[in-house]
Amino acid sequence: MPLSTQSQTDDAQYILVASLDNARNISNILKAITFKDHAIFSATPNGLKVTVEDSKCLQANAFIQADIFQEFTIKEDSVGFQVNLTVLLDCLTIFGGSTVPGVSTALRMCYMGYGYPLTLFLEEGGVVTVCKINTQEPEEPIDFDFCSSNVTNKVILQSESLKEAFSELDMTSEVLQITMSPNQPYFRLSTFGNSGNAHYDYPKDSDMMELFQCTKTQINRYKMSLLKSSTKALALSCKVSVRTDSRGFLSLQYLVRNNDGQICFVEYYCCPDEEVGDD
Amino acid sequence: KVTWRIFKKSIENQQVFICRLNEACVCVCVCVCVCFSTCQGHSFPFEDRGRVVPRTTGRWADPPDCELLAFGLRLLPIRSTFLQQSVQAVFRSLATLEKTVEKCHIELDADRNRLTFTLHCKHGLLKTHNLSFQDSESLQAVFDKDSSTNVLKAQPRVLTDTVLNFPPSLDEVTVTVSDERVWFRNHVDQEAEPSKAMLTELCLSSDEFDHFEVRARSSVTFCLKELRGLLVFAESTGLPVSMYFDKPGSPVVLSVTDSVLDGNFVLATLSDESGVQTSDRTGTPAPPADDFMNDELESYLIAMDTSMAAGPSVPAPLAPGRVVSPTATPDPWSPAHSEPGEDLTEEEEEPGRPPNKKFRSLFFGSVYPPGSPLGGHTPSSQKVLASDSEDDG
Repeated sequence: MPLSTQSQTDDAQYILVASLDNARNISNILKAITFKDHAIFSATPNGLKVTVEDSKCLQANAFIQADIFQEFTIKEDSVGFQVNLTVLLDCLTIFGGSTVPGVSTALRMCYMGYGYPLTLFLEEGGVVTVCKINTQEPEEPIDFDFCSSNVTNKVILQSESLKEAFSELDMTSEVLQITMSPNQPYFRLSTFGNSGNAHYDYPKDSDMMELFQCTKTQINRYKMSLLKSSTKALALSCKVSVRTDSRGFLSLQYLVRNNDGQICFVEYYCCPDEEVGDD
Repeated sequence: KVTWRIFKKSIENQQVFICRLNEACVCVCVCVCVCFSTCQGHSFPFEDRGRVVPRTTGRWADPPDCELLAFGLRLLPIRSTFLQQSVQAVFRSLATLEKTVEKCHIELDADRNRLTFTLHCKHGLLKTHNLSFQDSESLQAVFDKDSSTNVLKAQPRVLTDTVLNFPPSLDEVTVTVSDERVWFRNHVDQEAEPSKAMLTELCLSSDEFDHFEVRARSSVTFCLKELRGLLVFAESTGLPVSMYFDKPGSPVVLSVTDSVLDGNFVLATLSDESGVQTSDRTGTPAPPADDFMNDELESYLIAMDTSMAAGPSVPAPLAPGRVVSPTATPDPWSPAHSEPGEDLTEEEEEPGRPPNKKFRSLFFGSVYPPGSPLGGHTPSSQKVLASDSEDDG
C-alpha cells in the first residue's frame, strides 16, 4: 500500500500519527458534531477527542478511542490543535465518501506539532491525495463542570425511541423542556409551539428504557436551536444516556457503533435556558 | 347532533374548511367534504359542545380509525389553515403512525379551546398534542347518499386503472352513466382553446362494477385529485369504492365501507348552470341524454373529429334559463352553500359567458341541431358528450 511504504520514512517527524482503513469511521462521527466550523482536537494516548462549541452554551465532544485506529502513535502526553472541521470533512470525503461495500478510503492523519498543518494522506483504489489543513491556535474548551457525583437524574434509552420523538418535535417551539422525575411523568419531552404544546412521555418501565435513576423532579428548558444539532449524533447512535445535574445542566451521551462494531461516544453538554417552575 | 366542530375560514381563496366531529362522523369540508364514521362499538370518544361536559372519558379509537382520520385530515386542500397544519403535524408520518400507534384518544376541551390528541405508542410511549383553535362559523354538508339515483361500486383497481390514463395535471373528471356503461372523460376548461384541448375518454361496461345501479342517466364533473387520493387509500385497504350521485351540481359521495369504518367523501360537482342562473339552484337540469349503446366508437370519434374542427364557430345550442328540472328537489348541499358559486371552488363560471362548456357545443352542436329533443329526457342545457341515436329512434 502506498500509504504504508511512504510513511515509514516520515514517521519520525510527526508527533501524532493515526491511520484508519476506512475514513468513514471517523468522518461519520465528525459529521455528527459539525454544527460550527471550528473544532478543537486533543489527542492523548487513549485516543482523540474533538470538541465543538456553540454560543458558550453547548459543547459537543466526540471521543474516538485509540483502538479504533489501526495505528495510533503519539509522542507527547497530549497534543492539541484546532482546525476547520468543515474543511477536514471535505478532505475526508474527497473521494466522494462512497458507500459501496468493499470500497473504502484509507486514511493516515499526521501532525508535526505546533504551527504545522494537519496532514492527511487519503488513498482509494490506488489514488493518493495529500491534504494539508492549516491548524489554528487551540482554544480552551469550556469546562461545564459536569461531574457524575452531582447528577440527580439519569436515564438510558434506546436511541430508536428518541429518534422518533426528535423527528417529530415541533420546531416552532423555542425550547425543549425536559422533565425527569421519580414520579409521573418520569421522563417527558415537551414543546411549546405556535399551534399548541406537545408532550412525549416515556414510562420508566418501557422496554426502551434501559436504566431509570431519577431521584428528584427536575423541569428544565433547553434552547431548541442548540439541542437540534444533537439529532445528527442521535441518528447515528444506538443508545443514549440523558443526565441532568443539580444545576439543571444537561448531558447527552450517545453510544455510536460503527460498521466494524467498534464503539465511540459523542457527548453533548447544554446549559438550561432559564429557571422554570411547574408547568 | 353535532358534537363539535372546528371551522376556519380562509379569506384569500374563499374556501371554507370545516372539521366536524360527532359521534358518528368526522367531517372535513371545503368543496370537499370528507366524512368518517365508525360503527357501533368503535366510535370516537366525543364530547358534546352544546352541553357542558367538563371532560370526556370515551372509548378509544383503533388504529385503522386513526389512520383513516389522519388520512382524511391530510387531504384537506387548504394550505393556509393553521389548525389543519397543526393537526397534520400530529399525524405527520402515516407510515410510522401505522407501525407505532396503538391507540388514539381525541378530546376536546371546549372551555379552554383546546383539542388534545393522545397517541399511545409502542413501548409505552405516550404522545400528547394539545392544539389550540378558534371556533368559527358553522358550515355543514348535508347529504343523503341512500337517496342517490345512481350508485356504482367497483374495486379500487378498476378505478385506479381508469384514472391512470389521465394526466396528473388534470383537475376535473366527468363521469357519465347510461344504462349499461360508464364514461370517464377529462373535463376541459371553458377557457381552454378547443382546438388545442386533448380529450381522453374511457368507457367501462357495467360488468366491471360490483354494483351498478343507474336510475337516471347523468353526467357529473368533480375533482380528480380527491378521487385519486381516495383510491390510494381504498387500494391500500382493499376496500371497494362506491359512488353515489344524482345530477350535476349536487354532490357526489365517494365512500369506502367495511365492518369497522365508513368513510364518505362528499365532493361538489360542477353545476351545469352558468352564472346567469345563479339565483335558482333547484333548476339544475336533468341528466343529459347520453346513450351510446348502439353507436360504433368510430362514428363517435368521427363526430368528435368534426366537432373539433367546427367547435369555435358553433353557437351554444340552448339558451340558458329555460331548463326546469323534473326532479326539483331541494339541493342537499344548499343548507351549507346557499351560493352556488361556493360549490364550484375552482371552477366557477363567470356570469355573462356562454352558458355552457365549450365542449358541449363542440359535440352537441356538430352532432345535432341545436335544441334537438333528446328522447324521453328533459332537454337540458347540458353538455352532451356522446351522440344519441337510440333515443332519437
